[in-house]
Amino acid sequence: MTQTVPTLQVENLQTQFFTKAGAVTAVNDVSFTVNRGEVLGLVGESGSGKSVTGFSILGLVDQPGRVTGGKILFKGEDLTQYTEKQYKQLRGSRISMVFQDPMMTLNPVLRIDTQMVEAIRAHENVSKAEALQRARDALGQVGIPSPEERLKSYPHQFSGGMRQRVAFAIALLNKPDLIIADEPTTALDVTIQAQILYETQKLCRETGTSLVWITHDLTVVAGLADTVCVMYAGKVVESGKVDDVLDNPKHPYTEGLIGSVPSRNKRGQPLTQIPGMTPSLFNLPKGCSFRERCQYASDACQQAPSISKCEDGRLVRCHRVEEALSHV
Amino acid sequence: MSNQEQNSPVLEIRSLSKKFVKPLDFAGKIAQKLGSNIREEVVHAVDGVSLHVNKGEVVSLVGESGCGKSTLGRMVAGIMPPTSGEILYKGQNIASLTGEDAREVALKVQMIFQDPFASLNPRLRVRDIIGEAPLVHKLTTAAEQDDYLDDVMLRCGLDPSYKRRYPHQFSGGQRQRLGIARALAVQPDFIVCDEAVAALDVSIQAQILNLFIKLREDLDLTYLFISHDLGVVEHISDRIVIMYLGRVVESAPTEELFAKPNHPYTQALLREIPRLDARHADFTPIEGEIPSPLDPPQGCHFHPRCPFATDRCRQEVPQLKSVAPGHMSACHLNEG
Repeated sequence: MTQTVPTLQVENLQTQFFTKAGAVTAVNDVSFTVNRGEVLGLVGESGSGKSVTGFSILGLVDQPGRVTGGKILFKGEDLTQYTEKQYKQLRGSRISMVFQDPMMTLNPVLRIDTQMVEAIRAHENVSKAEALQRARDALGQVGIPSPEERLKSYPHQFSGGMRQRVAFAIALLNKPDLIIADEPTTALDVTIQAQILYETQKLCRETGTSLVWITHDLTVVAGLADTVCVMYAGKVVESGKVDDVLDNPKHPYTEGLIGSVPSRNKRGQPLTQIPGMTPSLFNLPKGCSFRERCQYASDACQQAPSISKCEDGRLVRCHRVEEALSHV
Repeated sequence: MSNQEQNSPVLEIRSLSKKFVKPLDFAGKIAQKLGSNIREEVVHAVDGVSLHVNKGEVVSLVGESGCGKSTLGRMVAGIMPPTSGEILYKGQNIASLTGEDAREVALKVQMIFQDPFASLNPRLRVRDIIGEAPLVHKLTTAAEQDDYLDDVMLRCGLDPSYKRRYPHQFSGGQRQRLGIARALAVQPDFIVCDEAVAALDVSIQAQILNLFIKLREDLDLTYLFISHDLGVVEHISDRIVIMYLGRVVESAPTEELFAKPNHPYTQALLREIPRLDARHADFTPIEGEIPSPLDPPQGCHFHPRCPFATDRCRQEVPQLKSVAPGHMSACHLNEG
């Protein structure tokens, strides 16, 4: 009935860090939409602002950082207006997050059952026995064998892949509408990564949970996501349906990223590489921030490009695309 | 490739093993004397591995964490002594060499590490990190050191004017270049790369891989490339060796391995590489995870996760056998 309201709608989000060396805009004019049951891949390299975008949605940006502009609409409610108390009720129940390193996010001195029951009872007034039952079900749901016994274990007794599953199980406990996963499989082996991707995919299809999957790995996004946002130096440079973006990238950065994936290239031949490196956010080039690494850069790129909308609904931030569109 | 020089292996490993033993403490020893069945904990990190690398070849070692691939690399680079077995460099057993000869071989085999943040001394300037070893080993003189350094740095794509800087002033990709420059400074023939691109961003990873390919051509290097990323491995290597829990399960030329994987583990691994062209894929994972090396399964190490396992797999260790020219696999299923 509320089909028309997207689960998450981020509009012109801006997050800045006010450091001694000056204000740094880590997230700059970022917009995207995630519908119910949809998986969004947020792709970018280190320092592109993809994690900070995730933290901003959950209100987890620490001092000296602050969300300084834009709206985060979660089921129509603007999260930027939320107080810390409201956020506390939201986090872990309606939106939950899975982090990259599960060893850092699980408490090493508490047993898994203690941590899981705590997460349930923080949001709902249920008996301990019922909470335990739900914890057990959640562990089973993410494919942990003999959940009954595993509940009694400490985090160090799990392997890396199992720990990440526990983190996912905790994220699922209160049946959230949205999960934000920040590089959750980066530290894992391919076989374990495939298992986690499999479980996640199943969950989204079954429960209609939306997912924002933050990663630097385009190949994971290709397999998992419905839509993709490519970020560079704090801005979304291209976003659209996975098939459109990966088959026919329009922004030179997306094109370069896809070219850098080894399996795409002929064996033994040099990979197409993007020259140079990600610029420091303190010292961004004027105009288009990708200008200095871009093979197509022209004088027009001295001015910051605005977002243009292509006919397939894709959004691209590049002068070349803008120009091509204006000629049609 | 038919001439003798090309085909003679630069490096040959013969049934190399490495055991890590956690000795019993005092109380444990007493308990053992009194008849308790407490035992020392033994991890068989590398278990009877044989392989060879020919001149100019890039051989990749692939496996999940804990399969012993890094331990093998470290033994080859001489950082760790093997428990048993032999490592032959150009036909000479490394362990039997002494004095000048041993030093010579140690210089010719160099290693590049995974973490460019942990493998560079933060208190040394780039000049010392790269330049110390060639000076000590008399590959250059103090007077010529500067020119020598410039040369090595340029080769690795580093600006020589940065040589007075400290490692923290470089980005991840540049630090990895420093690690490469340090290894190249002593003019090695053979380089062990232990997950050398795993910690880097995709665009930087492409730059470093290109550097490896270029250096191989320029300097006639031979690589042992250790990685868990089959995409990277497919791109760079001539031959691939797949390891599982300390043993080699399959080895084959790259194209052959990707076209006709023989071992069930290899098949599963290949199925699970995420690819750009596999959209909305249905992931079909292998069951379970790599077992603890403290208590590996009997028989074929892979049998608890293998969909085709038979009784024989549970009891008998399969031997590496040739299934096609240059293609070896250790699986009972090949015998019908």
